[in-house]
Amino acid sequence: MATKTTILDLPEDELVHPGNRACAGCGLSINYRIGLKALGRDTILVVPPSCLTVLQGLYPIATTQLPCLNVTFASTAAAATGVLAALKAQGRDKTIVAAWAGDGGTADIGLQALSGACERDENLIFICYDNEAYMNTGVQRSGTTPQGVITTTTPIKGKLQKKKDVTAIMAAHRLSYVATASASFPLDLYDKIIKAKTFSGPKYIHIHTPCPAGWGFDPRYSVKIGRLAVETGLYDLYEIEYSKWQLTGPSKKLIGKKRRPVTDYFNTQTRFKAMSRELIAGVQKEIDAKWEGYADT
Amino acid sequence: MHIIESGNVAAAMGVKLARTQVVAAYPITPQTPLTEKLSEFVDSGEMEAQYIPVESEHSALSVCIAASSTGSRTFTATSANGLLYMHEQIHWAAGARLPIVMCVVNRGVGAPWTVWNDHQDSISQRDTGWIQLYVCDHQQIIDTVIKAFYLAEFVSIPVMVCYDGYLLSHTYMPFDIPDPAQVDKFLPPFTPEYMLDPARPKNLNTVTLPDTRTDIHGNTAPGYMEIRHNLHSDLRSTLTVVEEIDQKFQAVFNRGGNPYVEKYKCNDAEFIAVCLGSLSYQLRDVIDALREEGIKVGVLGLRLYRPFPHHAVIEALSGTKGVIVFEKALSYGNQGALFGDIKSALYNADRRPKIHNYILGLGGREIKTQDLLDALRNSCTDKEKMNNTPKWVGLKL
Ligand SMILES: Cc1ncc(C[n+]2csc(CCOP(=O)(O)OP(=O)(O)O)c2C)c(N)n1
Ligand code: SF4
Ligand SMILES: [Mg+2]
Repeated sequence: MATKTTILDLPEDELVHPGNRACAGCGLSINYRIGLKALGRDTILVVPPSCLTVLQGLYPIATTQLPCLNVTFASTAAAATGVLAALKAQGRDKTIVAAWAGDGGTADIGLQALSGACERDENLIFICYDNEAYMNTGVQRSGTTPQGVITTTTPIKGKLQKKKDVTAIMAAHRLSYVATASASFPLDLYDKIIKAKTFSGPKYIHIHTPCPAGWGFDPRYSVKIGRLAVETGLYDLYEIEYSKWQLTGPSKKLIGKKRRPVTDYFNTQTRFKAMSRELIAGVQKEIDAKWEGYADT
Repeated sequence: MHIIESGNVAAAMGVKLARTQVVAAYPITPQTPLTEKLSEFVDSGEMEAQYIPVESEHSALSVCIAASSTGSRTFTATSANGLLYMHEQIHWAAGARLPIVMCVVNRGVGAPWTVWNDHQDSISQRDTGWIQLYVCDHQQIIDTVIKAFYLAEFVSIPVMVCYDGYLLSHTYMPFDIPDPAQVDKFLPPFTPEYMLDPARPKNLNTVTLPDTRTDIHGNTAPGYMEIRHNLHSDLRSTLTVVEEIDQKFQAVFNRGGNPYVEKYKCNDAEFIAVCLGSLSYQLRDVIDALREEGIKVGVLGLRLYRPFPHHAVIEALSGTKGVIVFEKALSYGNQGALFGDIKSALYNADRRPKIHNYILGLGGREIKTQDLLDALRNSCTDKEKMNNTPKWVGLKL
């Protein structure tokens, strides 16, 4: 990473008003606040229906101090394209256009428009906050819900299928910059957004975002749980710059180190309670194999 | 300058003359040549606009919605399933009060697949809050596209310009291309009241409560219902605006008139046929033939379908003996949508004519002049009792 921002270097300017409508302990509240600091004031936001719509506030009161276009669920990346086209037509194209969507708005209903915008090489930053289900509608499974997780549409056996790897799908579009991040490592996220701003064309950042209400844990453990996902090696922080892949910060430090068992992460949340011993062992095996591969790089 | 070109090219030229800044479209028959022409204009540098070759119609209208919210003049065009695929965004564009102009090149909708003309596509979008204009020839296409931008931006409501697939889109007719300098004189640049701008941040289309709500300065902001009421009342007020714009256009270009309905031999008519689109021109021959038989009949084509021009409809129809509505669409399980609208307009008129409904031309079924002649004659001579049940013309069961 080019820059390493510390807590002391973060801009003091707050672009999200305190006291928004998200639940206590919401990971999105953390990454949105930090993310907007990185984007800066010369930014136009595009937001589809999600918990973020609720966080934005109810008309006529708004949480965000940036201009923001709330759009329909499937249209986020196309709407960002429209903002960019209008700015270009008016010669205002220095302004940054950032889409901020949930996992449903990114991986499922929004994927077609996102893929189209990437293929057209639109100069946008697309940020997906992944809380691993449709939270706004009451915790239904999404394409990025991990295997075994209880949601209201996988209520007894848990989700049978594996998590969709959206970041890999985005990387397959050969973008200039693709990265993963975590709400629990906000400075790493901050630096990645700052870096994304230096590239042209579409940029994609996928943020693992703990959600106390949907995952089943006490709000005070949000940051801790997000960290455990990284420290157990389950969720990796990396970036791909013009196809060059590398682990970053907190994940990079894990290379060659002994990682915590994944059960340390699973045991903190009620959503994993239906997972069988075999499934857990399978996940652990996958993590170990993955990290053996990393050790070689 | 007069040229002979297709209806789709006439539309594209109108979009170019209007100095549209952002065009987004996805190809579908019979709209495709319009999209191709616009890409050619932009690619060659003849037109200074952003052309976004989107991956779907939903995205096409999404691009227009966002570009319009960012303060640019925008255009899209589609047909049939493309229009239906946009449906969510069609409501959204009207609710967000964005002056987008869209050409709907009318085509029947699947299933089963058809590429040929009828009006089911645009009629099925009549309750979305858009202004709907229907045109009958190529001159009207190019002129109406230009007027549509003026209208849309004046009232902050999106406009559909609907014209018949193939019958107008792919036929060649002579028409006059308005002089660009005169178009600039008629149509000023788009200057929105507000737009997405970091210097003056606004959060657009946020969740709005059922009731009104006080803002941080103590002012009352409208609830959802007030916002929707305003859309409706502003749509109704466009009825006068449409006429003013038409007069303004006439003053510059010396053509136009009839912004609500176009009448042919209606003044002394005892019976009037009513329809949308190019069918009204086809019916003129039928009117002439029936008049030779001594039947006093005329034809009325609606140029404006939403908002519905009640005053013009009542004025033209209420004194007649009978009104015969010919339609290339229907509200399934009930009757023609236009028929229902005409009937409801006449309900409160002083004199209520008998009224009859013919469904015809669905999925491009040929509309034979002889069939029109027989149907209209039957209705006018009481051979066919006028009632609420739509009769199908040209059906081969
Ligand atoms: C076309 C459409 N379908 C469904 C919905 C209902 N809906 C609103 S938000 C949402 C889920 C959002 O999930 P995600 O994108 O993961 O964001 P989260 O709420 O989890 O933050 C759904 C299903 C909608 N608004 N529009
Ligand atoms: S449901 Fe989860 S993501 Fe949504 S506001 Fe609450 S904590 Fe945040
Ligand atoms: Mg989600």
